[in-house]
Amino acid sequence: MVTVDARGLSCPQPVMLAKQAIDKGEFPIEVLVDTVTSRENVRRLAQRLGLKVQAEPSGDGFKVTLDK
Amino acid sequence: MSERLTRFFASRWGIILAGAAIGLLAPLLQKAGNPPNMGICVACFERDIAGALGLHRAAAVQYIRPEIIAFVLGSLIAALLFKEFKPRAGSAPIVRFFLGMFAMIGALAFLGCPWRALLRLAGGDLNAILGLAGLVTGIAVGVMFLKAGYNLGRAQKTHTAVGWVMPLFMVSLLVLLILRPQFTKDGAIFFSKTGPGSLHALILISLAVGLVIGFLAQRTRFCTMGSIRDVILMGDTHLISGVGALLVVAFLANLVLGQFKLGFSPQPVAHSSHLWNFLGMSLAGLAFALAGGCPGRQLFLAGEGDGDAGVFVIGMIVGAGFSHNFALAGTPDSVVDGVLKVGGLTTYGQWAVIIGLVLCLLIGFTMRSKKAGEV
Repeated sequence: MVTVDARGLSCPQPVMLAKQAIDKGEFPIEVLVDTVTSRENVRRLAQRLGLKVQAEPSGDGFKVTLDK
Repeated sequence: MSERLTRFFASRWGIILAGAAIGLLAPLLQKAGNPPNMGICVACFERDIAGALGLHRAAAVQYIRPEIIAFVLGSLIAALLFKEFKPRAGSAPIVRFFLGMFAMIGALAFLGCPWRALLRLAGGDLNAILGLAGLVTGIAVGVMFLKAGYNLGRAQKTHTAVGWVMPLFMVSLLVLLILRPQFTKDGAIFFSKTGPGSLHALILISLAVGLVIGFLAQRTRFCTMGSIRDVILMGDTHLISGVGALLVVAFLANLVLGQFKLGFSPQPVAHSSHLWNFLGMSLAGLAFALAGGCPGRQLFLAGEGDGDAGVFVIGMIVGAGFSHNFALAGTPDSVVDGVLKVGGLTTYGQWAVIIGLVLCLLIGFTMRSKKAGEV
């Protein structure tokens, strides 16, 4: 499990960090974000790349899990 | 239900709805009394607010614009209803202040924010093409910095009250608008008697439109800068479909309302000094990209508790003060005795745009890290 901590970062950092992790090719990837905006942006990126996405509340924000 | 609505607003149809709403409501606001090709302009309207407060004394552009107030409050309402109000702050606020200041100086060199650039084009003002080309160029430079690791660091969760500062500031502006106090003889609050500042729709209409747009934009994250950035950065066309909808709907609305007039000059509240239209918006686009949002988006973020976006907004308002006090803003083209007089920038204005560009480049080069997200 690769963890990307994108909490507190504003657009487009969370998506860029997620993309970097995806490009490395190690799955599953867990992206931590703290706004719904970031959650939806990461979700959209993953869907565009044909990945499986699951989002759940975690702490003050969300955990978005990406897998092949 | 709430989750389904959230997913709809996050979808492509959601963002198209938001763009189309702005594209329809802005020309209607113009019909209802707002200035020509300026049904909505975030930069111009913040500049008018700066003038009303006496931060500059350009008599033609002074009015407390209810749209700006309502954008923040509409976003606040949406954020509260959908439990997205998240007070946060602390991502290099001082840098964001100066980015806001110079973004405003660039936007006022062109005479409009990205929204108005689109609305000007939709009204037939071809100078907007130079502005939009500048905007894309500035954002493209910003994307290069982003790819090289530029970031302003993490924001932190903070006290609830911090998130309420900007909404309460907007409520205070609304009180000043309604009570119209005059603090000293011949002093603030100023309201233009002639010029663009004197042209406005009824307060209630402006407020209602602003609330609807604020609500929709908060839900859909509508952002003109982000739309161009996402296409350049990762080929993502989500946000730009909203911007496209704005342009198309505003064009059609202007045709129907008889507000379309094709050409370069003279166009209302616009100049045809092409180089400075281009460079002014390049500066604005770069500053928006470095700050992570266009002027509208910064208002909506401020409404959902983002203190750093609030600082950017205050930077823009202060920037408008400097812009007019130092004669940096563009002068519109005018027709004097039947002869076209091309407006544009003073030498001071030209230097301000260049200094702004240099400053933004310095910020882009110096504020990056090898490991993204770390400082």
